[in-house]
Amino acid sequence: MKNTFNRRAILQGSGALVAGVAAPSVLRAQTPIVKVGVLEPLTGNLAYNGTQCAAGAKFAAEAINAAGGIKSMGGAKIELVVVDAQSRPEVAASAVDTLVEANVCAFTGATASALGLASSQAAAKYNLAQVFSIGTAETVVTRGLPNVFRFTPGVNKCTSIALENLKLLNQGAGNVVKTAAIVHEDGPFGSNMAKILAEELPKQGIQIVETIPHPTPHRDFSNIALRVKASKADILIPSNYINEYTLMARALNQQRVELKAIYSILGGAASNIKFVRENNEVAQYVMDCNHWYDPTKAESKALAARVAAAGLDLTYDVMVSYATIQVIADALERGASADRQKMIEALAASTFDKSIMPYGPTKFVNGDNTSAQPVNTQIRGDKIELVFPKQYASAEAVFPVPVKKN
Amino acid sequence: MSILIVPAILSGMMMGAVYALVALGLTLIYGVLHIINFTHGSLLMLALYVVYFLNLHLGLDPYLAIPIVLPLFFTLGYCLQRGLIAPMSGGSEQNVLLITLAVSLMIDNLALYFWTSNTRSADIAYAYDTVEILGALLPLGRVIAFAAALAVSPVIWAFMAFTRTGAAIRAVAIEKRGAELVGIDVNHTYAICFGIGTACVALAACLLFPTFYVTPQVGYTFVLVAFTTVVLGGMGSLPGALIAGLLLGIIESLCGLFLGESLGQIGIFLAFILILLFKPSGLFGKRAGS
Repeated sequence: MKNTFNRRAILQGSGALVAGVAAPSVLRAQTPIVKVGVLEPLTGNLAYNGTQCAAGAKFAAEAINAAGGIKSMGGAKIELVVVDAQSRPEVAASAVDTLVEANVCAFTGATASALGLASSQAAAKYNLAQVFSIGTAETVVTRGLPNVFRFTPGVNKCTSIALENLKLLNQGAGNVVKTAAIVHEDGPFGSNMAKILAEELPKQGIQIVETIPHPTPHRDFSNIALRVKASKADILIPSNYINEYTLMARALNQQRVELKAIYSILGGAASNIKFVRENNEVAQYVMDCNHWYDPTKAESKALAARVAAAGLDLTYDVMVSYATIQVIADALERGASADRQKMIEALAASTFDKSIMPYGPTKFVNGDNTSAQPVNTQIRGDKIELVFPKQYASAEAVFPVPVKKN
Repeated sequence: MSILIVPAILSGMMMGAVYALVALGLTLIYGVLHIINFTHGSLLMLALYVVYFLNLHLGLDPYLAIPIVLPLFFTLGYCLQRGLIAPMSGGSEQNVLLITLAVSLMIDNLALYFWTSNTRSADIAYAYDTVEILGALLPLGRVIAFAAALAVSPVIWAFMAFTRTGAAIRAVAIEKRGAELVGIDVNHTYAICFGIGTACVALAACLLFPTFYVTPQVGYTFVLVAFTTVVLGGMGSLPGALIAGLLLGIIESLCGLFLGESLGQIGIFLAFILILLFKPSGLFGKRAGS
């Protein structure tokens, strides 16, 4: 047998070995990546919202990568590290360890304030920035944590803008609304909202004639509908979650409660296309003041098309999560580093104005984006239209609603 | 407030009929098998999903789905008892408790995995229709559920009283060994009983769906009240479950009206405690040893 172990063979073999060993680093050098965490409740009670948020983050990362990635970092591609908060605060807190081990530069999340409060507290130990997709509770930004950045508005701002918009709508309609009924879930979210409304509505000349708290879950809204009907309120302001909102809207229709408007603030269903699709008759003209994107932007239209192509619902969860990844990408671009401290500094100095949300340039004050604002949506036919403020509006507001023919 | 009392009582009765429907299967299974069936809420949820998907994909009305869903869930219940609960429990009631709890957790989490926690409901044409009774507007779906609850209880009672299978079930419930000695297939009878109980919960799902929603957690919304209904009515008593269900519905509604909706459920558990204090066997239950 001929011996093939000669100088040429050794050189060829050595060359192949060197190439094989070096290849991954060469490949890595060609496509640098930067890891961004997505901490959302993918299971448990909040799974729907969490999954929608995760989808929004994925769409954003894909769009940013397709546009060339983070250019200041050599076109680094964003790689999402998605972890499940299981709708439980303690899991949200421990999931931060997973993100740190994965070496993320920052993360977004976590759908509910309770989850975000726990995760951001845990992340503070690692000096890891959390950009809140949704976290309306004001305690999110009042704890003095330097790693907290809330891109979307909190409950106080949402309520004050909602009331201001209501005032403008009412003035435009000749002040037809003089009385209001409040139906709210009896947890912190609904109760706080009811308290603010009780203080603020009378200042607008709107008298509160009925305030009805209810537990979650609640099986029957017949009595509540009857009480609203007996109160002869002009307007109903509900603050509850989607299941109860659905039953409430049905009961109001069944009890033929005549209202000039249903005006939600951070409503559980009023900005949810599923509610519109599955309860179309009772959903008509329901108005909500909530997170929503600017539908006139080209990137918003592209997102809507991609969400539809993926067979998903275009909810505000998708929108805000998309926007928070945009904010993180902008910070990476400016800071040109995935270092945690540099990310916090870059986020704190953010003046980003190209997100899909109808906000001005980002300005974080104590972690709260002061340029964030909610908008008014209204259900019309099988769509959710943005009706207020007018510069972003996709339809004219109908207020008061047309009288129903029973 | 006084003008709301009659409508509140009537709407409470309608809701109570739903409680009774859910509780019927539970009390039947307990009465015969002495199984505290923790899968009941999960099976209700599963049946609601089946009704939902039949409506979504085949456009089948929830009421017209009854001839499909009932046999399906009877078979499911039969197989569950014959193929899983009976062989795994080894005759131990504690084991049965744990097995039904485990099955319940599995069903709930599989539902969460496959269907997510997304709330689903259907835009059914008559979902918003009402019937006016004594000046109160009652949802048509609830009135139908009320009528069905009134009709189903006597049907099950008649089945138990006048059919050979019913007699076999009663015999097994009273004296298992004796029933075996006279040639009754005890395992088959147990499974039939579990199947009927499961079919009852499927019927409740068909009647509930037009006025409610479905999520993987929906079973919990009803199962606690269903357990209360069974104990209040007397464990194993069919008329007891019906009367207790209606009673709890009315109590909950009136307490909600007068004490506030957040405290409405206090009435349910107050009534429950009072009945247990003064009549521990429940409204229609037999005393131990009688």
